[in-house]
Amino acid sequence: MRKRILALLAVLFTFGMLATACGSSDDSSSSSSSDNSSSSSSSDDSSSSSSSDDSSSSSSSEAAETEAASDTKAAFIMVAPIGDAGWNYAHDVGRKYAEAETGVETAYVDAVPEGTSEFDNYVRDFIDQGYNVIVGTSFGYMDAMLALADEYPEVVFEHVSGYKMNETNFGNTFGRMYEPRYLSGMVAGSATSSNLIGYVAAFPIPEVIRGINAFTLGVQAINPDAQVEVVWTSTWFDPVVEGDSAQALLDKGADVIAMHQDSTAAGEKAEAAGARWVSYNTDMSQFAPAAYLTAPVWNWGPRYVEIIEDAKAGNYAPTSYWGSMADGIVDLAPIASDVDQSVIDQVMEAKAAIIAGDLHPFTGPLLDQDGTEVLGAGEIMDDGAMLGMMFFVEGVIGSTG
Amino acid sequence: MNEASLIGLLIATVSFGALLYLAALGELIAEKAGVLNLGVEGMMAIGAVTAFIAGVEFQNPWLALLIAMLSGALLASVHGLFTVGLGAEQVVSGLALTILGLGLAAYLGKDYVGLRPGAELVPVEWGPLSELPWVGPIFFSQAPVVYIALFAGIAASLVLSRTRLGLALRAAGESASSTDSAGHSVLGLRLSAVATGGALAGASGAYLTLSITPQWAEGLTAGRGWIAVALVIFGAWRPGRVGWGALLFGGTLALKTRLQTFGVDFSPIILSMLPYVLTLLILLIISVRARKRPSSAPAALGLAYRREER
Repeated sequence: MRKRILALLAVLFTFGMLATACGSSDDSSSSSSSDNSSSSSSSDDSSSSSSSDDSSSSSSSEAAETEAASDTKAAFIMVAPIGDAGWNYAHDVGRKYAEAETGVETAYVDAVPEGTSEFDNYVRDFIDQGYNVIVGTSFGYMDAMLALADEYPEVVFEHVSGYKMNETNFGNTFGRMYEPRYLSGMVAGSATSSNLIGYVAAFPIPEVIRGINAFTLGVQAINPDAQVEVVWTSTWFDPVVEGDSAQALLDKGADVIAMHQDSTAAGEKAEAAGARWVSYNTDMSQFAPAAYLTAPVWNWGPRYVEIIEDAKAGNYAPTSYWGSMADGIVDLAPIASDVDQSVIDQVMEAKAAIIAGDLHPFTGPLLDQDGTEVLGAGEIMDDGAMLGMMFFVEGVIGSTG
Repeated sequence: MNEASLIGLLIATVSFGALLYLAALGELIAEKAGVLNLGVEGMMAIGAVTAFIAGVEFQNPWLALLIAMLSGALLASVHGLFTVGLGAEQVVSGLALTILGLGLAAYLGKDYVGLRPGAELVPVEWGPLSELPWVGPIFFSQAPVVYIALFAGIAASLVLSRTRLGLALRAAGESASSTDSAGHSVLGLRLSAVATGGALAGASGAYLTLSITPQWAEGLTAGRGWIAVALVIFGAWRPGRVGWGALLFGGTLALKTRLQTFGVDFSPIILSMLPYVLTLLILLIISVRARKRPSSAPAALGLAYRREER
């Protein structure tokens, strides 16, 4: 009997560790592959697609190009359920937009964990079915995609949120989310009366830290006395933990909650406590209509159209794309109607200035948490420094890990 | 750390404790009858999704809770059918139940993702009791499911230790053949214990979508069903001890992120491992002590029973 219990414990541990360590990994077994189930004869598909690919790259005749166009198919791989109303949902909206705009067949699979062979298997499966544009939308897919891009030189690989690329068929895409983050901070700064703003954040990596800093600078542009307190959840998606973290900040006296998470749970807690909420990824106003202030949001569609059109025309060239609000890949969602018009005007003015290139959120003088100057007066932080940002600016309460 | 933060921590401790306790209590009842059910995570997910769907469709939180419990019991009965009825390996069947439950929940909930809840179980107010400092907000302003968990714990404890039914149930988990010769139906006892366990796991799931985070999203249970399984071992198969264990584990869940707002720089990742580390330690203690006296695990746990077979 004891052996049995030990065996049970081993199983329990494996699952428990998996579940706590990587949040959504336990539902990978139930990952729902959607539109791609209609593969009739995959070997035929792949051979025809690769041959037409060859023809499109060798000859530039009109006929060959239309042939290739009808054969371009794009597959999207996502780390959490697209039903999260957040990051993955935004990508799925982009996928559908690209499908409607380009007429190219697309498919997706969601809840694919990072750092496992599962990702590779899905990619190979898609390629076998004739998909020749592969988009991975989670940071942890990066190295696997780099290796796969070498293995399948005829397939276009685009990685969202990473920094690696190759010369021929592997590029990366991201957006300057810090721009709308700054604007959302301005709205939050005007809405707080306790001068404590809570920020529920996933992991202490530069992308998240950059967002927190830009947000805080926006807050202080309107309300220099307000501070932003950060709680790390160590998960991108776990509504219970996200909600409880927001509650902890509300208990401490925060009256506005911002977040870098994939679910809407923080907003529901803010709504229940009569506080305000800055959501993220998509306009989430329907989840907490009274609390909702605004949100920095993603708009992936046009960029996906661009990638697919390039692949279709056979002239895809890898880039490190870091699109801005001017490019339209990031934006600020509509601001709640009960926010003062003077504040809205100020935010819109700042938005216009950012788009015009007259305002950069990370402009000196910039002090870090300890009051040390990290950027001199009038200086503008370069992309390299922003991409590697691992410090909090003055006004943030919390530790970078 | 201010007073509100500390009270908030204790409120969350009791709330998460109740969430874990319901599921763990269900597992305890099934294991007491000799059936190990590793499908708790799956049954919780089914309870969570059916409660949310029923809430949206019927706008009645109590009906939603009932439907979640029935769904949990139904799913558990699949496990019962295979393991008790057909004598299948309990570990394998339980794991399959988790995978089935999570998948089924994702499938059923597809159209309900992102919807506003149709019904919620809001905190109960106990009049002047709820006004008491500290005690009021912590114990007398919780959602109804918390009191249901407490009631279920006391009831289970009494039934198991004080009634003939409880005796027969425990006997089925210790020695099925002698229970059979005493004229009790091992099949009936075990099946009903498994179904009851499923109903409680379903209620735990319903607590998630009706009170804690009133929304449905795939992956909502996030491994908490496994903590419930660990709790049963931690609590040495006793409803009372499992209850204290649930509060302790609930406390670690609540502390996980709150510790940061208290100004303590401690890795939340290590805190989320704590329940499992504690269980390991307890298991170590149990194993060492078992050299001197028998383990507290039901003797026939995990063993299929077929009449005339040894």
